[in-house]
Amino acid sequence: MSKVRLPKSSPTIDMTPMVDTFAVILIFLMLTATMASPEPATVDTPFSISEKPIPDANFMTFLISTDGKVFMNFDNGPDTLFQFRPKILAEMGNRYGIEFTDRQLREFQTYPSSMGVRMEDMTAFLDTQDANARKELQVGIPLDSANNQLAMWIQYARMVNPNIQACIKGDSDVEFPVVQRVLNILQDLNVKRFSLITSLAAVKINLEEIQQ
Amino acid sequence: MAQIIQSGKKGGKKRAKRILPHMDMTPMVDLMMLLITFFMLTTSMSKPKVMDITLPDRVTDPEKQEAPRISASRTLNILLGPDNRVFWYPGGVKPEEYDNPPPLMETDFSPDGIRQLLLERNRTLFRTINEYRDRVIRGEIRISQDSLQGAIRELKNIDDTGPIVLIKAYKEANYGNFVDILDEMNICGIARYTFVDIAWYEERMVEIASNISASSAY
Repeated sequence: MSKVRLPKSSPTIDMTPMVDTFAVILIFLMLTATMASPEPATVDTPFSISEKPIPDANFMTFLISTDGKVFMNFDNGPDTLFQFRPKILAEMGNRYGIEFTDRQLREFQTYPSSMGVRMEDMTAFLDTQDANARKELQVGIPLDSANNQLAMWIQYARMVNPNIQACIKGDSDVEFPVVQRVLNILQDLNVKRFSLITSLAAVKINLEEIQQ
Repeated sequence: MAQIIQSGKKGGKKRAKRILPHMDMTPMVDLMMLLITFFMLTTSMSKPKVMDITLPDRVTDPEKQEAPRISASRTLNILLGPDNRVFWYPGGVKPEEYDNPPPLMETDFSPDGIRQLLLERNRTLFRTINEYRDRVIRGEIRISQDSLQGAIRELKNIDDTGPIVLIKAYKEANYGNFVDILDEMNICGIARYTFVDIAWYEERMVEIASNISASSAY
């Protein structure tokens, strides 16, 4: 029996193919990444069977949190080419007599998640960089009939971008009157078609079983 | 890619290296692994889904408010109650019955509850849609996915046997119930449904029903 000779030098593995694969995966992930932006309130969306994905652009989201606050977002995070966000804010500023600086408009344009800030606090909100201070200012958009800022937001958003579509993202446990209020505001502004954001759940029905 | 292969006899003077130079790629691989893990965790791959809904015009003037003129035999009222409960009654309530409204039936969101109720009433349409879909799957009808939705909508439009569902929410209902019930409408292929404001006598009906059931449950 011949003795198996082990080579003296340590074996080297050629890692080139592995690195190549990794590089490809990494580039793919980097290009397709849409960062999950942190929302001001955690929302567990209800489930439905709808398979229609959320549109890429031209939509505004109303985020309704469990404590009944309403937040709003346009095109979810970073702005599209048309730069609707600063225009909407400028219009809102005109309406409420607030002059926004370019820096503030840019800040609003790049703000990555929903906002629930009153117009009175908007300048302070855009000026500060402190996350806690910002959180304190997120009290929800006022929507009572005396000071219906939500309706104004919707109106100006629709004026600036006529193709905008309304989406509602609510927590399953939200009390219905809050949702009803938002729905009524939308209906009053002649927005009759809108989308409810849900998570996908598969449901299978057996027709035979039902007919027994 | 990462190995540098030096060309052999260039110029003739220089001696070609016998051994290829090796690069230690472990740190690079480590870093890449780290980045891949980071991106995989932060990427939200599945986009959230949306469910479309259309609401009717809202009549704010109480003078002009009137019950929808639809045939009572096909009407099914679904009332979302407190504590995830759901009630229903068929037809409408006549004005003389407002003070003493008919009792509500209770059901739940399980497949045996509301879904059974809706499918029983919507059997013909549901079967037509399913058969159509089956024929598309078997290849008997050649149609694109987009036109399939349109064709199903058309089937729903011409249907005149299924129920007309009016969804109403009591003030203690929650948003999850609302989405659930709309989802049931899509699952059962209900052609005609809408969400309307709850009437005062219906609020009372829910109150009576939930009180009675609550006291009998204890």
